[in-house]
Amino acid sequence: MKILVCISHVPDTTSKINFTENDTKFDTNGVQFVINPNDEFGLTRAMWFKEKQGATVDVVTVGDKSTEPTIRKALAIGADSAIRVDAEPVDGFQVAKELAKVAEDGDYDLIIAGRESIDYNGGMVPGMLAKLIGANFINTCVSLEIEGEKATAVREIDGGKETLTAHLPLVIGGQKGLVEESDLKIPNMRGIMMARKKPLKVVEPVAETPLTKAEKFEKPAPKGEVKLVDADNIDELIDLLHNEAKAI
Amino acid sequence: MSVLVYTESENGKLKKAALEVASYAKAVADAIGGNVTAVSINSDNNDDLANYGVHKSLEVSDEKLQKFNADAYAEVITQAAKKVDAKVVVISQSANAKYLAPLLSVNLSAAYASNVVDVPKTDNEFTVERTAFTNKAFNHTSLSTDIKILGLSNNAFGLKENKVEMSKEDFSAELNDDHFKINVESVDKNTDKVSIADAEVVVSGGRGLKDPKNWGMIEDLADVLGAATACSKPVSDMGWRPHSEHVGQTGKPVASNLYIAIGISGAIQHLAGISASKTKVVINTDDEAPFFKAADYGIVGDAFEVVPKLIEKLKDFKANNA
Ligand SMILES: Cc1cc2nc3c(=O)[nH]c(=O)nc-3n(C[C@H](O)[C@H](O)[C@H](O)COP(=O)(O)OP(=O)(O)OC[C@H]3O[C@@H](n4cnc5c(N)ncnc54)[C@H](O)[C@@H]3O)c2cc1C
Repeated sequence: MKILVCISHVPDTTSKINFTENDTKFDTNGVQFVINPNDEFGLTRAMWFKEKQGATVDVVTVGDKSTEPTIRKALAIGADSAIRVDAEPVDGFQVAKELAKVAEDGDYDLIIAGRESIDYNGGMVPGMLAKLIGANFINTCVSLEIEGEKATAVREIDGGKETLTAHLPLVIGGQKGLVEESDLKIPNMRGIMMARKKPLKVVEPVAETPLTKAEKFEKPAPKGEVKLVDADNIDELIDLLHNEAKAI
Repeated sequence: MSVLVYTESENGKLKKAALEVASYAKAVADAIGGNVTAVSINSDNNDDLANYGVHKSLEVSDEKLQKFNADAYAEVITQAAKKVDAKVVVISQSANAKYLAPLLSVNLSAAYASNVVDVPKTDNEFTVERTAFTNKAFNHTSLSTDIKILGLSNNAFGLKENKVEMSKEDFSAELNDDHFKINVESVDKNTDKVSIADAEVVVSGGRGLKDPKNWGMIEDLADVLGAATACSKPVSDMGWRPHSEHVGQTGKPVASNLYIAIGISGAIQHLAGISASKTKVVINTDDEAPFFKAADYGIVGDAFEVVPKLIEKLKDFKANNA
């Protein structure tokens, strides 16, 4: 089985979010970038397929040279080779187009992406990618088994779960649940050394025009002070919730 | 010009979110000039949509669409959008809508903006405000295609009554086997409970509750308020509660009217999931817990003393305000 894992390079989850250039650009100053958490679950699941069922695992990212440490980390975790599409990601559609080219060139059986990236939370790349290459697509995937040509997946729905089956080629939008958090792999020294020798191919973009553009960013208005209510005065809380907040 | 809104139903009944997206679609139609058409699939009665500004209801009833299927549903909406020459397509941000939206976007060659929280500005360009960085910021996005798809964040717009005359029309899309390549084998829903995504009120517990045995009072409080129950990440990691209840950056986002956090410290990753909620209440023994900075109302106190009292007082309140 040939697996492609799409890796999004995102600010670490505790990063302070700031903007520059008149609030038009994300301020990367002092920000640590990591593998998108949803993708990390997918990458670990891909390693499981590799170890237990036999598979080759390529990782791909769309981004400039600054994203290379992130994909090197994926190599250190155990992916066989990496592809970087040398383009600045602007919107979901453009990224999906770039990934579609890589996916078609590589003729993959399974493509694992994350449900969404934690930077722009678009939640659109995996579905668009699947549609563009004519593959089946399952979103919010929390479990995935593959037997021969058939995949069985569990998807999270509002208020429950759904079990689905589909034939390969398949694209999934994965998330926590694909593997246990305790199974997430941290690169060890040997992995890091090996990653240096693994192929990292830089490919030119197909240069698709984005359909959307982030024009301006804004931070939420600073919040007023919390109103503290005495633990012995629950009536006051109920009154505030009813009359002030109109929440009950 | 026309705005098409996909109004979701469950077991034949329109969801509350359907009325919200309809309300929003009406505001979009007013902004760009035009009318709202709704498309619904296997919904028994769409009369209520007229109260929220829908001029025309396209009604699909098809046995094959009994279970949600992203490809097939996206195809139905695509054909409906073409039929009414829609310029904007509005969907919710339910798990199903998020699943089908990117497929719809490719079908219609339409730009898609997700997590939208406001009515588009149309002065020069067509721009919408959306949440970004898991609710830590907003982003004004311009969409450049002829047709645009907007995914409205739950509870971001609310219900706005706007009664109009509504006509109804049966609609059937042409579907083939290719649209049903994914089989739904089984659905496992907690039918008796409100889901976090749909809930107006969410009662959430953290590690401060100390033991899964103590969840009874969280459930009792949720019962009084008609709320969904939720939890912080460690609570689901330890298996005290199912993963589907875990709220935050790596869990579920919550956009409820009221979020009550009990014994939750308010780590940045947790707060990221709840900042779209309107009113936040925190109950915590530690007056320095970061949650107090994010909350509107707080009680510094022991959950085991405060929550039972709160339940009793709320029962009285409900009885007097029924
Ligand atoms: C990459 C990453 C992603 C993450 N994603 C998420 C996420 O999506 N969601 C999430 O929740 N967390 C997430 N976390 C974890 C997060 O950092 C915190 O560890 C977590 O939110 C803490 O949960 P808690 O508040 O329940 O527990 P604790 O931090 O242990 O806090 C418990 C609180 O309960 C209070 N307390 C104790 N006893 C009582 C009592 N009797 N009455 C009232 N209060 C009491 C304490 O004062 C304390 O504030 C993530 C972490 C990482 C690194």
